[in-house]
Amino acid sequence: MDLAINGKKHTVANDAPQMLLWVLREQLSLTGTKYGCGEGQCGACTVLVDGAPVRSCLTPASACAGKQITTIEGLEQNGKLHPLQEAFLACDAMQCGYCTAGMIISAAGLLHKKPTPSHEEILAGMQGNVCRCGTYPLILDAIAKAAKGAGHAA
Amino acid sequence: MKAFAYINPANEKEAVAALSPQVEQSMPLGGGQDLLARMKDYVTQPERLVNVKTALESTVTPVGGGLRIGAAMKMADVAEHPEILRMYPAISAAAIEVGTPQIRNQATVGGNLNQRPRCWYYRNEEFVCFKKGGDRCFSPQGENQFHAILGAGPSFIVHPSSLAVPMLAYGATFRLAGPKGERLVPAANYFTLPRQSLRMENVLAPDELLTHVILPAPGNVKSGHYEVRYKASHDWPIAFATVLIAMNGSVVKEAKVVMGAVAPVPWRSAEAEQALVGKSITEATAAAAAEAAMKNARPLSQNGYKVDVAKTAVKRAILRAAGIQTA
Repeated sequence: MDLAINGKKHTVANDAPQMLLWVLREQLSLTGTKYGCGEGQCGACTVLVDGAPVRSCLTPASACAGKQITTIEGLEQNGKLHPLQEAFLACDAMQCGYCTAGMIISAAGLLHKKPTPSHEEILAGMQGNVCRCGTYPLILDAIAKAAKGAGHAA
Repeated sequence: MKAFAYINPANEKEAVAALSPQVEQSMPLGGGQDLLARMKDYVTQPERLVNVKTALESTVTPVGGGLRIGAAMKMADVAEHPEILRMYPAISAAAIEVGTPQIRNQATVGGNLNQRPRCWYYRNEEFVCFKKGGDRCFSPQGENQFHAILGAGPSFIVHPSSLAVPMLAYGATFRLAGPKGERLVPAANYFTLPRQSLRMENVLAPDELLTHVILPAPGNVKSGHYEVRYKASHDWPIAFATVLIAMNGSVVKEAKVVMGAVAPVPWRSAEAEQALVGKSITEATAAAAAEAAMKNARPLSQNGYKVDVAKTAVKRAILRAAGIQTA
């Protein structure tokens, strides 16, 4: 089957139905998307499907045919990091970094829908991502910073 | 997870044909937010999944002054739909509190209504309880702090659906499609108590699909919806309530009080409704109705606190319906 990932068409094997997460990581080596809990609790595996954040560990790859998938690898454009990636770096918004890809993807989905979210809207938009290191205040700062940054267009 | 076959039917008829009358052999897959997690935990192990996201409708259609909602509609779309918000605000309120953005972007209306109980014994493959075809419920003698306080026994699950509660309050009817055609079942008759059917929580047969939710015209009612959780998000409510009131001047002409997470079905309280009719709404009358709602509560060893939480939810939902600000 064909999947459109980060603007490119990929042909993947899906004879035995697989979750999108494993197609990304094992067939396409897109290992930026993380395997956290595997059962839809933590949000580390979040990717965008047609712009909306979903959890790739609970998404059959077959359900994504004909849709645009964006992973953390797809945010950088022409060697330039996405404003969210810049802001996460500038704010030191990670400790171990395992949740970061999912955090940034969820935030990208949020800013895609609401380019200038309020603090409450950021909180609501980030409900589905867990950081075991507890870097939440810095993550919220980073998203607010990226949203405020001039470069970001929805 | 056990290997399974994946069927991608083009329409409702093909989807129904791909199901099986045998329990949990061939199962409809909506957003998969409950089913796939259960499969990963070996709680449910179907041989075949039938994708119904394309076969079923995912849109809202006006019908007879009300709305018809396709079962494949995503929770995020329900939460943001302007007509649902205008006509049935308690449904929007319930939808926005379900899970997280990632869950709401995938989870469907049909999946929310038909998801299985969150009971930790049910969710653990080691415990073969009534809900897995076993011969006992582990909660009365076990850890039961989130279990039922009304209408339960011999299974003590609480119904997990948030949408079921406001939909029952608004008088929804569910359209089911099966091998013999369609049938229309009012929400009030759809959900079943354990003493009616022990293994399943509703009348949907394994070879039937819930295809639409049909909502009648809401009429001139005010609504209030209030949910209480441990965590602010990403959690199931401990107790919640939808309240609809029709006023006659300053007094209540008619009331509907439906509670969630307190019983094995969405629980309509005739006692609370009677307590409101003919009264004006104040803190005191709302509190009296909440007391009435819990009059028949029978808590287990660890969930007595849920009686108080449910009272608070009912009281605040009533006050919200009356436009009185609450916490």
